[in-house]
Amino acid sequence: MFSILQTMWNVFLHMFHRRVTVQYPEEKPYLAPRYRGRIILSRDPDGGERCVACYLCAAVCPVDCIALQATEDSSGRRYPEFFRINFSRCIFCGFCEDACPTYAIQLTPDFEMGEYHRPNLVYEKEDLLINGPGKYPGYNFWRVCGVQIGGKDKGESEREAAPADVHTLLP
Amino acid sequence: MVLTFYVAAVIAVICTALMITRLKAVHALLYLVVSFLALATVFYTLGAPYVAVLEVIVYAGAIMVLFVFVMMMLNIGDRAIQIERAWLDPKAWIGPGILAAILLAELAYILVAPAGSPGIVPEVGPKEVGIALFGPYLLGVELVSMLLLAGIVGAYHLGWNAPGEVESLYAMESSRQRAVVSGDFVRAGVDRPTDTP
Amino acid sequence: MMISPYPVATIFGVLIVALTIAAGLIWLERRLLALWQDRYGPNRVGPFGLFQVMADMIKIFFKEDWIPPFADKTIFVIAPAIIMVTVLMSFAVLPIAPGIVVSDLNVGVLFILAMSSLGVYSVALAGWSSDNKYSLLGALRAAAQMLSYEVFMGLSIMGVVLLAGSFNLVQIIDAQRGLWFVIPQFLGFVLFLIAGVAETRRLPFDLPEAESELVAGFHSEYSGMKFGMFFVGEYLGITLISSLIAILFLGGWLGPILPPIVWFLLKTFLLICFFILLRASLPRPRFDQLMTWGWKVMLPLAVANLLVTGAIVVATAQGRSF
Repeated sequence: MFSILQTMWNVFLHMFHRRVTVQYPEEKPYLAPRYRGRIILSRDPDGGERCVACYLCAAVCPVDCIALQATEDSSGRRYPEFFRINFSRCIFCGFCEDACPTYAIQLTPDFEMGEYHRPNLVYEKEDLLINGPGKYPGYNFWRVCGVQIGGKDKGESEREAAPADVHTLLP
Repeated sequence: MVLTFYVAAVIAVICTALMITRLKAVHALLYLVVSFLALATVFYTLGAPYVAVLEVIVYAGAIMVLFVFVMMMLNIGDRAIQIERAWLDPKAWIGPGILAAILLAELAYILVAPAGSPGIVPEVGPKEVGIALFGPYLLGVELVSMLLLAGIVGAYHLGWNAPGEVESLYAMESSRQRAVVSGDFVRAGVDRPTDTP
Repeated sequence: MMISPYPVATIFGVLIVALTIAAGLIWLERRLLALWQDRYGPNRVGPFGLFQVMADMIKIFFKEDWIPPFADKTIFVIAPAIIMVTVLMSFAVLPIAPGIVVSDLNVGVLFILAMSSLGVYSVALAGWSSDNKYSLLGALRAAAQMLSYEVFMGLSIMGVVLLAGSFNLVQIIDAQRGLWFVIPQFLGFVLFLIAGVAETRRLPFDLPEAESELVAGFHSEYSGMKFGMFFVGEYLGITLISSLIAILFLGGWLGPILPPIVWFLLKTFLLICFFILLRASLPRPRFDQLMTWGWKVMLPLAVANLLVTGAIVVATAQGRSF
């Protein structure tokens, strides 16, 4: 009997406690920088697309929500002809970001993607591309990789030795 | 007031008639409740508000609810309605019907005869009822209370079962039977002779 | 008999105020529950979410008013109306302020008891006519619970009636001019409070609609406006019981400085808040616990209270003749 009254008194005292509700649209919650929200495609510091259309993200995606088609420009640089993410299927697991060899695909702390029509949740490349390098500001894949593309020959990448001359016996 | 009395009285009579002829038990009970309410109104117009309210509390509010309660437990279906229909043949109701008709005729005669009309009786409040009950009718009240006490004790005795004895016995018995019938030898093992494989 | 000069105006006034309060209670309850659970509750529609009730009402009006094909249609439709009618009828005898009472009935207390005992039909018939196991179980529970708690609900008031010497609510209030009945009749007050909670089927005694075991109990099959009537009926019941406690035990409109009607409304409001606090803090008992508690604890206490009060009244009024 006494415990009942005590319970009621304790509940009554909650009147003076702080409320835990976050008034969402006015009061945004804190999201960590590595929060896994909306997916974006980032660019080089030079402004070129980072994505090399290697299909790793599409392969690793557990719900198969990523679709892309690789192509090559005249200088030999690979890039996706189209890049499509169906966010109505995406589960924001972040595997694509882990799989990406060029830091092109990244998840951002943004979750406000509500739509009234399902087709609007299919994002094309122009919707995904941002004008910046995202979380890795200085990184430029084409500068460090050993692949020869237009304007950069073998051995001209950063920290890359000149290619070995296979016709000589000298060290 | 007189008009109210007659309206309530007519409603009470109609409801009672409907109550008798309903096939569904719950509908019949509902009509009976309405009849009680009409009767309470009649009491009120006759200057007995205390009795009127008690009529509603005790009869309409408590006893009829118990009836409804039992009805709900019984799960009366369409079969019961057919049985009711079979029971409601003239052979069954002609006798009581004639007797009730005689009573009705008497009632009509009394109403028509200029003996007295309702509505002019002085109001009998709760205090008057109490004084009457605990004054001249004290013996009656005591007798009724003893009767009720006997009823309570009897109900308690009927409802009493020695806790743990009867039920556990029954439960054991039934589960053993089920086990044997179902061929569940793990549970029926108690009954098997020990030397059988 | 003291009847207000404008009976029709009083009737409509009481009716409108009671219904408004009942509707407002939906908002109040959600806000208060939220307050006691460190939340905000509805606060989007209108100032402080006050128009939430309107939004809910519009929603409930446009919902499909579905009658299950297996239900007993007549009774299914009548049942929600009964609860509204009986509760609103009870409001007729409540004295709100001096001169503001629809009907100053001589047996007011008994009238309210009668109406609340008729209210059982609403729940019982709703559950029965739904022809649904859960509804039926809810109705059985409701009938048993309300029937048994009604017994000592009546008995617990009788102490007050003895002290006041009348069933008339206005005279009961007048009898409390010196001392509110909550002090000499504290046991009766507590008993009546518990019985009132059980009678309105509010938490912690909402076993007829215990959602964890019975879906929604007796109103599982109801939708749209019929459900709304049960909903409003429940809140009307809370208002009724609160104002009844205020009248019987807390001196009704009596109080210093403020006008009588303000006192009455204030007391009723605080009691309503207490009802909501009960809901916020207490768990639901098991049904057999509820019945055992009712018959083996509350009933003897109520009878003992009545006997002791009666003895004291007789002892102190030796010389007085009736």
